[in-house]
Amino acid sequence: MIGSHIRSLFPILDQQMNGHPLVYLDSAATSQKPIQVIEAIKHYYEYDNSNVHRGVHSLGTRATDAYEGAREKLSRFINSESPKQIIFTRGTTTSINLVASSYGRSVCGPGDEIVITPMEHHSNLIPWQQVALATGATLKYIPLRPDGTILLSDVEATISSNTKIVSVTHVSNVLGVINPIKEIAAIAHKYGAKIVVDGAQSTPHMKVDVQDLDCDFYALSGHKMCGPTGIGALYGKKSLLDQMEPIEFGGEMIDYVHLQSSTWKEAPAKFEGGTPIIAGAIGLGAAIEFLEDIGLDEIEKHDRELATYAFNRLSEIEELKIYGPIVNRTSLVTFNLGDIHPHDVSTVLDAEGVAIRAGHHCCQPLMRWLQVSATARASFYLYNTEEDIDRLVGSLLKTKEYFGHAIR
Amino acid sequence: MQLDDLYRRVIMDHYKSPHNSGTFDDGAVTVEMNNPTCGDTISLQLLVKEGIIERAKFKGEGCSISIASASMMTDAVKGKKFEEALQIAQDFSAMMTGSDPEFEYEDIQALSGVTKFPARIKCATLSWNAMKKGIELSENKQ
Repeated sequence: MIGSHIRSLFPILDQQMNGHPLVYLDSAATSQKPIQVIEAIKHYYEYDNSNVHRGVHSLGTRATDAYEGAREKLSRFINSESPKQIIFTRGTTTSINLVASSYGRSVCGPGDEIVITPMEHHSNLIPWQQVALATGATLKYIPLRPDGTILLSDVEATISSNTKIVSVTHVSNVLGVINPIKEIAAIAHKYGAKIVVDGAQSTPHMKVDVQDLDCDFYALSGHKMCGPTGIGALYGKKSLLDQMEPIEFGGEMIDYVHLQSSTWKEAPAKFEGGTPIIAGAIGLGAAIEFLEDIGLDEIEKHDRELATYAFNRLSEIEELKIYGPIVNRTSLVTFNLGDIHPHDVSTVLDAEGVAIRAGHHCCQPLMRWLQVSATARASFYLYNTEEDIDRLVGSLLKTKEYFGHAIR
Repeated sequence: MQLDDLYRRVIMDHYKSPHNSGTFDDGAVTVEMNNPTCGDTISLQLLVKEGIIERAKFKGEGCSISIASASMMTDAVKGKKFEEALQIAQDFSAMMTGSDPEFEYEDIQALSGVTKFPARIKCATLSWNAMKKGIELSENKQ
């Protein structure tokens, strides 16, 4: 198992929380950062800080090389055709909003359809609602099977020749299920629709190949894959990026500026107006090197094994209900413990040093589909171990005991 | 961090058997509120007459703290003039920020432990915000 070897590279994990060694099981919200990433950001500010693409001086060149080097690393990481198809953004939310506001609004009109699923995070749902409201397009949902999975026959039945955009998450942040993106993309393309993929929960845990998936857009967040907060990216096919208008205007994204009109640089520059997130991109580049050194296949194997171990251990607890399928699952387990509210579960676990997430996980429609107002979620990453899950199970048993006594 | 500071017996009693749970048939001011960060909801009803809350009832989905707080709040404001109810709400807010006010309805004091759990303060204040909103709606109606 890679978990215990890797752990020492994450300084934050070596601390006591409320009198117990910290067990961090909230990586689906944000991952912790290895020392390599922290050092890369520190080094940038101590030695290379300067604005990019502007100055003629040597520091400016160094900063630009580091920033563009990070774009090349990310391009290679997800097997983009070219670094020019990688737009740095603030994260998945900003990436999807960019596609929706620019591409979505330009191609959708009355009678057109946008197809998503009920398991989408609000960030891959509300932008499309807004496009539908603004353009008169209809927002349609691919139904979920009772176990929370998507059947390709349902995809086929939902998408039509009126569908312009299909936007689906690669991995659900609640159900942990891995969706068949390549197959959904093929169906979307058969009907002439474009596919947008929310990769926030997939990129940290598995090898993503945007060309193999044949997706038109792929959105991801740096902070969930060992990188810093505030940096993410949007991959897009070149022909689509070429036809898209920018949605933010300002410095460095222009070609010529006249008194009454302006022209834009080519992608990615036309989408990156203003001083970009330089240190964030460099931190993300370091995170990618870190993950590649370990190996994405190793990480995926580890995270899947932990999810299975957690699924099995949690299943042993009476009155504990797990949401989502056991098959094709990665990196997280979402559950409720009897009728104890997930906030109360999370507070008792916190007192034991175990950090999990409680709430609706930015998935209110999915919570309604599951017929719950909130759930608890334990999510895992490369630094977690079976021992962490044993601590979780022990703390959940204490929670049951505590609330049992407290209520009686 | 002591869990027993948060989950005191009186809080658990209110959670297990909330007071004033349910709805009025008619004639009540209704406020729906939620805590968008966590999904807790409350539907609060106030029976109001001449600037006095005659009775309050609620239905809610939420954790022990949010349900117990709503149960206590609906007890505490029963028969109170609007300004009295608002004063209790103000005292409750003060308690959530670390002051130590006294309450005529003593059970409320048990929620002072919530201040040691900052992430849970929003759970405790939801029903009180709903009550303040209900008074505002009643006043606008008059």
